[in-house]
Amino acid sequence: MASQTVPPLLDIRDLHLTMKSFDGEAHVLNGIDLTVNRGEIWGLVGETGCGKSLTGLSISRLVSTPPARYARGEIRFEGEDVLKLSESAMQRLRGRHIGMIFQDPTTNLNPSFRIGEQLVDVALAAGRHSPEILGLEARASSSARRMAARALAETMLDKVGIPNAAQRLDDYPHQFSGGMRQRVLIAMALIGRPALLVADEPTTALDVSVQAQVLRLLTGMVQEYAMGVLLITHNLGVVAETCSHVAVMYAGNIVERGPVASVLAAPAHPYTTALLAAIPTRGVKRGDLKGLAGTVPNLIQPPPGCRFAPRCALAGPDCRADVPPMIELGAGHGAACLRVASQTEAA
Amino acid sequence: MLEIENVSKVFPGRRSLFGKSEPVVALDQVSLSVRKGGCFGLVGESGSGKTTLTRSILRLDVPTSGRILFEGQDLASLSPAALRHIRARIQIVFQDPYASLNPRMSVHDIVAEPLVIHRDVMGLDNRQRTDRAVELLALVGLGAQHLHRYPHEFSGGQRQRIGIARALATNPDLILLDEPTSALDVSVQAQVLNLLIDLQDRLSLTYLFISHDLGVIRYVCDEIALIWRGKIVEKGQTAAVFDNPASEYARMLIAAMPEVRSAATRE
Amino acid sequence: MNAQGSVPESARRYALRRALFRFSQSGLSLVGLALVVTLLMIAVFGPSLAPYPEHLGGAVNTAARFRPPSLAHPFGTNELGQDVFSLVLGGTRVSVLAGLAVVMLGTLIGTVVGAIAGYAGGWTDEILMRISDLKLTVPGLILAMAVAAALGPGILNMVIAIALSWWPGYARLVRGEVMAKKEELFVTAARAIGAGPGRILFRHILPNILTPVIVKMSLDMGFAILTVASLGFIGIGVKPPTPEWGSLLSVARGYMPDYWWTAIFPGLAIFTAVFGFNLLGDGLRDVFDPKARR
Repeated sequence: MASQTVPPLLDIRDLHLTMKSFDGEAHVLNGIDLTVNRGEIWGLVGETGCGKSLTGLSISRLVSTPPARYARGEIRFEGEDVLKLSESAMQRLRGRHIGMIFQDPTTNLNPSFRIGEQLVDVALAAGRHSPEILGLEARASSSARRMAARALAETMLDKVGIPNAAQRLDDYPHQFSGGMRQRVLIAMALIGRPALLVADEPTTALDVSVQAQVLRLLTGMVQEYAMGVLLITHNLGVVAETCSHVAVMYAGNIVERGPVASVLAAPAHPYTTALLAAIPTRGVKRGDLKGLAGTVPNLIQPPPGCRFAPRCALAGPDCRADVPPMIELGAGHGAACLRVASQTEAA
Repeated sequence: MLEIENVSKVFPGRRSLFGKSEPVVALDQVSLSVRKGGCFGLVGESGSGKTTLTRSILRLDVPTSGRILFEGQDLASLSPAALRHIRARIQIVFQDPYASLNPRMSVHDIVAEPLVIHRDVMGLDNRQRTDRAVELLALVGLGAQHLHRYPHEFSGGQRQRIGIARALATNPDLILLDEPTSALDVSVQAQVLNLLIDLQDRLSLTYLFISHDLGVIRYVCDEIALIWRGKIVEKGQTAAVFDNPASEYARMLIAAMPEVRSAATRE
Repeated sequence: MNAQGSVPESARRYALRRALFRFSQSGLSLVGLALVVTLLMIAVFGPSLAPYPEHLGGAVNTAARFRPPSLAHPFGTNELGQDVFSLVLGGTRVSVLAGLAVVMLGTLIGTVVGAIAGYAGGWTDEILMRISDLKLTVPGLILAMAVAAALGPGILNMVIAIALSWWPGYARLVRGEVMAKKEELFVTAARAIGAGPGRILFRHILPNILTPVIVKMSLDMGFAILTVASLGFIGIGVKPPTPEWGSLLSVARGYMPDYWWTAIFPGLAIFTAVFGFNLLGDGLRDVFDPKARR
């Protein structure tokens, strides 16, 4: 699989996205580079307004253009640039090859159909293209397929932790709580076993106990089917427990990325350090938590050079001169910070 | 300071064309005691009854049975006038700083509103109210230049500071903090938590901190109670509960909480 | 997103600038605005702009009956030799002011009823809403005719008559908005502080439902003017010699099609007013609620 001729599952290169508004044109994504391989779970973290969600939506090309505009760069899915695909080709990719889960579970289920029908529809559609999902021959009768689809729907509902899955299939969405609806949507996104799953804050609205269950399901699916996952979250705890890799975004840039263990244990970028210092972990004394002053800058006239410089304790005049390049620290761990460069040179 | 004695709240089933739905027991014999000057953490997931409990303390809901005592006085036995006086001394900070501030009111009007409502108790004229509003904003770390701005001009963290300033306006003794940081980024959450801790020390406030986030509760609270399906399943000193959880539910919650620390110990 | 580092601008000014920008994005709204402003100017200054002000007072010139449009009489003259252009200009005041009065009065009654119904809920709501439903079952014009007939003719009575058939629409709108806003967290916050019902309603709920009401008002202005003209047309309302578009049209009806100018110009005036207010209302809705756009 990992031969050199096989392109990575997802390869975002130098992606620039601008967004027009009344106040002017904002440079919301400013040269994103990100590679996700099968079997990897990438956490994408950062504060609100850093461009995490826009990165996720761009992969399925769900950002409306205009007001947005892709100024530069490409998003290669299995080698093909999705920004160049026709709308109908894109539609074939969505759902079947690229699954999406969003944070708000209230708007994504059709209120007038039973949960089961909606899941079975997705399962049948998935089975039409890859019959092994239903565990049947391609020639199987339509009733056999329906049966298998329903069985699969039940299994998935059970896997996402909905009690009495068999009976709940006949319920309507309004009979489910918000958390349960979100689990239904997760089941729906996973039913077709997409090669790549983009999950935007999938568990933020869920209780911790359910969150743990859903994240376990996700890691299980990744191992079983060699999926690739981009998990957008603001919760570094979730990243630490679920992800294999992490990318930290700030104001439209990826400022640090690499294997989770390496990045979280030895953060190189001051922004990552600040985010980690703000988490109330065990052993932090009352009043000792370090907040990060300031807000994400206005992206219509972003600060020159490193966009984090205005909030950074280590920033100097050199930081404001140029956008710092990504500096490799080994084993895929990299950080876009001049201070890292001077440290590695000194070492 | 605040005693909650065997409080139950049952929402009666609704009668409809197809018969009657089951009554819902939101709170089942809940007893808590919040010590003066303490920070009491109430932890519960969605549907646990924590919202009903806050609403009952504020008397936005009336419990079906049981008593809620504030400094020994039963809230249910108070006359409307006495209740209004108590209202000035119990304030609340809401979870969602975007929805809890009236978009059509300036920061000045938002922060000064409790002073206007309780002017009989506070006894301030217009000018003094403005001075107090400036003082309150300074207390939460906002400058006077923000006084005549509107909520949409502020970030989430700043809005929550405005919400805290409003809660402090009447010099309350008890503040209910209803998930005050769960809508905020961690970087901002840390600042708001530190502000709350600082304010508690400076103004000798008592907090009832309601959250689903065990990490936040562990950081801020000295005593905690876990509520599950309307029942208190565990109560105790924070450290004791985290080190030696007695109930199955507490063990499950603590195990499920995602911690960054585990990254170093992975593999 | 608030701009950082730039000179702080007051929230109101920014909101206004933004609203103007959005409003000016649509050419039709600007046309509506221009029409409405012109109309209001004519309503104020109309009589002094009229080339033959004496005709507004009822003076006749039988020597010049039914003159077709010319330079001296741009809209021609009517059966009494009066200048139609002067009459149309003079009639603007009655029509526009009466329309405005109808909408304001209707809004006032409707807002009070709707706010009480929405806020109190329960039986109060039931009773008030059934009363307003009752009004909705009778066609507005018929009801207005009946009321006007009972009260007797006259501008004020006509305005009252139309307003009485006008408020239920506002009551429904306001009730719905109040019920929605009542559940907002900032209203709960106000209750938690100890605010009473009056304060909650007037300080927290009503200011937040102002925009849909204003939009409806501007959309309704056209129809109100039309209704005023309709009542004038059937002879209830303004008595001659005061010029009013509806009654001008009504009289002119008998001289169609030979002396078409006597009817066409008052009719065009009504059309322009209705059209202008509707365009303006659409524009305002787009400004306040960009989601409703198409």
